[in-house]
Amino acid sequence: MELPSTDRSASLFRTVDWPTIILYLLLVAAGVFSIYAASYDFDNASVFDFNEFSGKQTLWVGLGLLLGIIILQIDYRVYETYAYLIYGVVLLVLIATIFLAPDIKGSRSWLVFGPVSLQPAEFGKFATALALAKLFSGYNFSLNAKISNYFRAMIIIFLPIALILMQKETGSALVYISLIFVLYREGMSGLVLLSVLSAISWFVVTVKYATPLFMGIPLGQFIVLTAVMVVFLIMIFTYCRNPRLGRNLTLAFGGSALIVWILSLFGINVSGMVYFMLMLGGGVVYTAIVMFRHHIGKYLVSIGFVVSSVIFMFSVNYVFTNVLGNHQQMRIKVALGIEDNLRGAGYNVNQSKIAIGSGGLTGKGFLNGTQTKLKYVPEQHTDFIFCTIGEEEGFVGSVAVLALFLMLILRLVHIAERQPNVFGRVYAYCVLSYLIFHLCINIGMVIGLCPVIGIPLPFFSYGGSALWGFTILLFILLRIDAARHEHRN
Amino acid sequence: MAKDYKLEKRKYVISGFIILIVAIYIVRLFNLQVGDEKYKLNAESNAFLKRTVYPARGLIYDRNGELVVFNQPAYDVMLIPKDVEHFDTVAFCNTLGITREELARKWAEMKDHKRNPGYSAYTPQKLLSHLSQEDYGRLQEKLYLFPGFYIQKRTIRQYNHLTGANILGNIREVSAKDLERDSYYRSGDYTGDLGVEKSYEKYLRGIKGEEILMKDALGRVKGKYEDGMYDTSPESGKNLTLSIDVNLQAYGESLMRGKIGAIVAIEPETGEILALVTSPSYDPSLLIGRDRGKNYASLVQDPYKPLFDRALQAAYPPGSTFKPSQGLIFLQEGIINPGTSFPCSRGYHNHGLTVGCHGHASPIALKPALQTSCNAYFCWGFKNMIDKAGTKPVDQLTKWKDYLVSMGYGYKLGVDLPSESRGFIPNSEYYTKNYKGSWSGNTIISISIGQGEVLATPLQIANLCATIANRGFFYTPHVVKEIQDTILPAKYRTRHTPPVDRKWYDVIAEGMRMAVLGGTCKGANIAGLEICGKTGTAQNPHGMDHSAFMGFAPYKNPKIAVAVYVENAGYGAAYGVPIGSLMIEKYLKGEISPERKHVETNMLNSNTIKYSGVTKH
Repeated sequence: MELPSTDRSASLFRTVDWPTIILYLLLVAAGVFSIYAASYDFDNASVFDFNEFSGKQTLWVGLGLLLGIIILQIDYRVYETYAYLIYGVVLLVLIATIFLAPDIKGSRSWLVFGPVSLQPAEFGKFATALALAKLFSGYNFSLNAKISNYFRAMIIIFLPIALILMQKETGSALVYISLIFVLYREGMSGLVLLSVLSAISWFVVTVKYATPLFMGIPLGQFIVLTAVMVVFLIMIFTYCRNPRLGRNLTLAFGGSALIVWILSLFGINVSGMVYFMLMLGGGVVYTAIVMFRHHIGKYLVSIGFVVSSVIFMFSVNYVFTNVLGNHQQMRIKVALGIEDNLRGAGYNVNQSKIAIGSGGLTGKGFLNGTQTKLKYVPEQHTDFIFCTIGEEEGFVGSVAVLALFLMLILRLVHIAERQPNVFGRVYAYCVLSYLIFHLCINIGMVIGLCPVIGIPLPFFSYGGSALWGFTILLFILLRIDAARHEHRN
Repeated sequence: MAKDYKLEKRKYVISGFIILIVAIYIVRLFNLQVGDEKYKLNAESNAFLKRTVYPARGLIYDRNGELVVFNQPAYDVMLIPKDVEHFDTVAFCNTLGITREELARKWAEMKDHKRNPGYSAYTPQKLLSHLSQEDYGRLQEKLYLFPGFYIQKRTIRQYNHLTGANILGNIREVSAKDLERDSYYRSGDYTGDLGVEKSYEKYLRGIKGEEILMKDALGRVKGKYEDGMYDTSPESGKNLTLSIDVNLQAYGESLMRGKIGAIVAIEPETGEILALVTSPSYDPSLLIGRDRGKNYASLVQDPYKPLFDRALQAAYPPGSTFKPSQGLIFLQEGIINPGTSFPCSRGYHNHGLTVGCHGHASPIALKPALQTSCNAYFCWGFKNMIDKAGTKPVDQLTKWKDYLVSMGYGYKLGVDLPSESRGFIPNSEYYTKNYKGSWSGNTIISISIGQGEVLATPLQIANLCATIANRGFFYTPHVVKEIQDTILPAKYRTRHTPPVDRKWYDVIAEGMRMAVLGGTCKGANIAGLEICGKTGTAQNPHGMDHSAFMGFAPYKNPKIAVAVYVENAGYGAAYGVPIGSLMIEKYLKGEISPERKHVETNMLNSNTIKYSGVTKH
């Protein structure tokens, strides 16, 4: 039933999720001040000077809020009804962008309207989320019912990826991979998620940390093998539900690690490879013996995970070092952002680590950062904005920002699960998946843990498109969520 | 649609995933920000450009306040290779008045790792050094056309008097060793080399100041950090006042022209060195500016070794200048008294050993023995001391050696210049080893007349002379009289008194006065000066005898003590006496009297270098 609009506004005020709005406002405000600090050039410009980045960002924030309010005014059913239409229009814009956008540093992703430039890829996120939510909310739709359902979901996800890749915006395209969380929540086997996540992690870690040796093996392999060991134990405990086997394996792995460590104190160095091969091999054989008394399937999966992980790791290592030439290795590393060759290997990440590291526990104070002020950190008001917080607000400030993001994401999980229908839930998961991806990759890149993939830190990084993109995503969700009680009838 | 509670649990997996990631990131941030100091240090070296502000090096004056060494600005063209963009080489060459080939050559030299091992594209490199004031002005004006280039101001030394190179020393760029030894220095700094420039380096160099500038990622200076709150201003080096009289020094050098040897003149009552001449010497200005390296190499290769400071570093047989010390020892030991006479029949004859002497009355007492430089007298005295009944030669020689050490022989005196030789006074162990335990006063008799194993530097000879002039004490000789705002080190303010009674010095001084009035030093008998002297004619394995002289004046209340040593110049009276007396006359009277002009002319024009056996190619 349509309610009178005044009543609707009043009830909206009561039903809208205020914690999310407050977190959003905090993040956006912190972002404006960070941008001011990052672009402050000792000439004491005002935060709200519209010629400065911070002034412009303030304008974008104002327009974003206006956009948010407008979105809240629109009937929630519009989004569900016109989801495919919106998706289609955005796809057309993305296609048009490939042809219309000027070449800016090799990327054709910006549409220029006089003084304003927009990046349509940022608006692909909410459109894709709507389309995916619409697909899942179809009558009696079940992802696992038939394989073609996966196919349809994949098409919705991969169309924008393909178009954005054609704009040469790899980072923005990769963001859509995060929608695998949505598929997982909606019934896709956890093994697929595990395989995808571990394959990506194993590949990146193996390639990135190929050089320093640890316990006689490349550090990357050491990390991967340790991770495989831990995941294997978790699988035995929670998936196979065999705590006895899990305990025994944990004791064996941990005990021998302790022995190896004690031996090393006496100058006897056990090769890491010997340790891992004995432990993982032994663990697999032991599990294989045990499994015949239980559900064979789950044990096989666990064993398969270990075996395929190890084989995968070695093949990555082999292909990368033995098959590819140095030049090709470098190309891949640069393409993946594992190595950036702007000013010799690792310049950007090194500078951003210096900036963050120099912040110390409590930071140098607002506007007192030297590294960011003196432009040592590249892209410091956009992708590397977190450096400014790290340098000026220190460990305390950095953790506070991470905590705000974590609270927002967990709040969105809560909102997602309280949705009365599939559409709202799937849409909410899409939003939080994007946020998880942006947060992990952006912060991970800045602190030198992830490949350098140029994506912004949501709400913080300078730029109207990204800010509006996330604002639209979030406010559509707020609008849908505010209507959760109306939907009961 | 019914809720699938099994799937709903998956929210925990997703929440767990993001919590895990955030936890990992927090641990990482803790390591970066709290656990590791490295990044703070990196940040400082990133952002701060610490520019050294060099202090002015201390000036050097002579004892009469005459400015001897001062500073002159010099300009080096520096560049940071990575910041240099394509620039107009023609304009650059025209500005500095050099050819393109020259520029190309300098550029290649700068990049040549053999010539310039510290080359790096990221650090300042020197392209050209010592620009003229005009070139500097022109380049400064057009510097904006040549990004990456800048001008480094340095100071180099200038000399008002081209004399005393051995005393003054010079400055050179610091070596890798200097950098390692003293954290004060940075690559490209200058440090003192030789002379007081080296020995008083710590006073002369001053304290560097520092400006802290901020530079951005492109290396552009963005102003002073905190408006210069943490800057320090440089503190100029201390000025030195030398005890050297520049005119006397220059006069001594002119007298020694064409000769190899040294002159040392000391003010007895203070130990201040008035002149420290070594010959051949060199022009100190050779070692400044662009050609320093080339000139230094040619000085090193010079067969006459001008860099070797003979006044301090050459250990010569002192010859008869040693006899006054022997007289003092014998008197103090009671071996002789002023009336004791020894026979001399054209020499000392004992157990088939003969030390020759010349014709004079016999027997002879101490004063006439000094007057005529009788060898036999000091041989007998020495023999009687070493072979004294009831004593062992080993103990007696040790006693003898201790006297000489107390008079400044055998060890470095401790002059305030970098290199000094200790000379040589043999001890009992030395002879016991060489003569396999069997030796007596007779065996080693030649050391009593300053021959044999005994070696002394001209400085040590002059110091003995000053001790006699003071009738019993000396101050460690030194060339610096005053350090600005600082008191001289205690060692130059401490009186040293050898264990010989004052009355014995009076005897020796009288004998030396007699030598001038009617003995070997007659050439130094100048009316009104009351010079006391002792000649030395030292046999040596290099050819003709060395000519030596030591003397002081006036007889009472002496103002100057001089030692002269001229290699291969024959009798002490031939060169030692005239040069020594001219030095004394010049110092005490300011000029040479007309009746002595011919002596001066003789000395200025004579050449004994030809007897040295060293030839210059």
